[in-house]
Amino acid sequence: MVAAYKTVFGSIDDYRKGGVECLNDDPKRYVYSNMFEVAANSRPHERIAVARNLDYTIEVCRAEGLSPWMVCAHDEFVVAMDYDVTVHYRKLDDESGIDDSKDGFRTLAGEPAGRAMGRIFLKRGHQALLPEKRAYRFEASRPATLMLQSVSGPETQEKWADICQK
Amino acid sequence: MNQQLKCTVDSAAVGYQTFTIGQVKFERCEYFAYINCPKGEHLIPIDAFLRALMRDVAWGFFYGTVAFDDVFGTTNHYGNVDIYLGSKHSEWVKAGRDYVENFKSDLLMALFRAMLSDWTNAGFDPFAAPQETGTAFGRKHGNEDSLINRKREVARRMVGIPGDAALRSDDTGFPVNRAFLDVDQQQPVIQAEPGFEGELHAYNFFGYLARSAVTWNPSVVSVIRQSLFCPTTEEFILPIDHGNDRVEWFIQLSDEIVWDIKDGATSAPKAKVTMRAGDVCAMPGDIRHKGQSPKRSMLLVWENASPQIMDMIRDGTVPMVPVTF
Repeated sequence: MVAAYKTVFGSIDDYRKGGVECLNDDPKRYVYSNMFEVAANSRPHERIAVARNLDYTIEVCRAEGLSPWMVCAHDEFVVAMDYDVTVHYRKLDDESGIDDSKDGFRTLAGEPAGRAMGRIFLKRGHQALLPEKRAYRFEASRPATLMLQSVSGPETQEKWADICQK
Repeated sequence: MNQQLKCTVDSAAVGYQTFTIGQVKFERCEYFAYINCPKGEHLIPIDAFLRALMRDVAWGFFYGTVAFDDVFGTTNHYGNVDIYLGSKHSEWVKAGRDYVENFKSDLLMALFRAMLSDWTNAGFDPFAAPQETGTAFGRKHGNEDSLINRKREVARRMVGIPGDAALRSDDTGFPVNRAFLDVDQQQPVIQAEPGFEGELHAYNFFGYLARSAVTWNPSVVSVIRQSLFCPTTEEFILPIDHGNDRVEWFIQLSDEIVWDIKDGATSAPKAKVTMRAGDVCAMPGDIRHKGQSPKRSMLLVWENASPQIMDMIRDGTVPMVPVTF
């Protein structure tokens, strides 16, 4: 009998990192990291760039407990990479603080006034839209890894020397 | 070239058309493609040639160089395209055997499309994994135009949003691939408050990828301006060496891929990159890469399609690495 294929995913508490072996190059040029390792070594809700292409970023966020509310002038997307995460959405009463000329997310203080839009329950491999100008927050009952498609902003953290193979 | 050494191809016997553009001639026999130019002739096994040609056609000559092997390929200049023989291999260049001829993109694309159609036999799908298709070899019999003319699935904002690229399902002709039967197909639960039903969107991204019918052929699932999430499923060997003209990023979503990295100009080996689930790696803008995936795997290719990069390539200012540290 032929054995079924087993698809190998990773998680914040179970990953096996690869790497770069150079013959004639500098491994730093490959900016090599592992998102689960980054999440495992992050504080809750930190958003750390693991990939950058000019202004665009892919960021990793360690979801744990309830995050602050965040908002962005442009769309973003989030993928749950290992464990369950709930995304809560809110339409802000006052959008005047969202500057269309500014890229990247910003954290909102406290409980912003607005209408609850609903929530999405993400499991491993689910991708959700974080629509422009809508506040969102993450909730996770255990540490989980989120991958975000975004644009670099003032709150995006870059720690390349800490996270990448040298 | 020394015409005494040119291979003999009996096109009438095998039934395939010969194609010529400028001073470059393409012929095929039962087993090989022959590329003939004023500096010489080069043979590529026809299955490998058709798999590479399929990508070059489907990707519109792609970003930078599509190397069919270490000798022959195309380089995209966005509006016009080079066909080269040996010019990205140090020994060919040293011997003075390298040859480059430039063509308008639409002219070369028309020729490549016609060649792909004529040379692909019934039963052979150049996009499929080798275990999932028939043979490319033999004399001409039939075609697979419906397969080679598949439309690339490209979301404008996000897959699954009404009016945007559709989700994959059994009903739309995308069964779960044999290698991903263990990937959960459950869709996320969306609880929208009244009045916001059309604003909350999510889908099972890994489940969508598990239904990919092709290998080494990215689709586009989510877009922020020019930032494109281009996931793909990979099995066996990438049929080309992709020679970057800009940085691109790979995010390994499942399983494992080993990338052989070569110098973009000389084909000299530079590095080996082993990527496992969760790994993130940049491909510098001056290298060529070729992936090998022992088991069908999920790879996210992340591209920046900004016209600003085209300008930087023309100016010679495009960065070869995304960040320094």
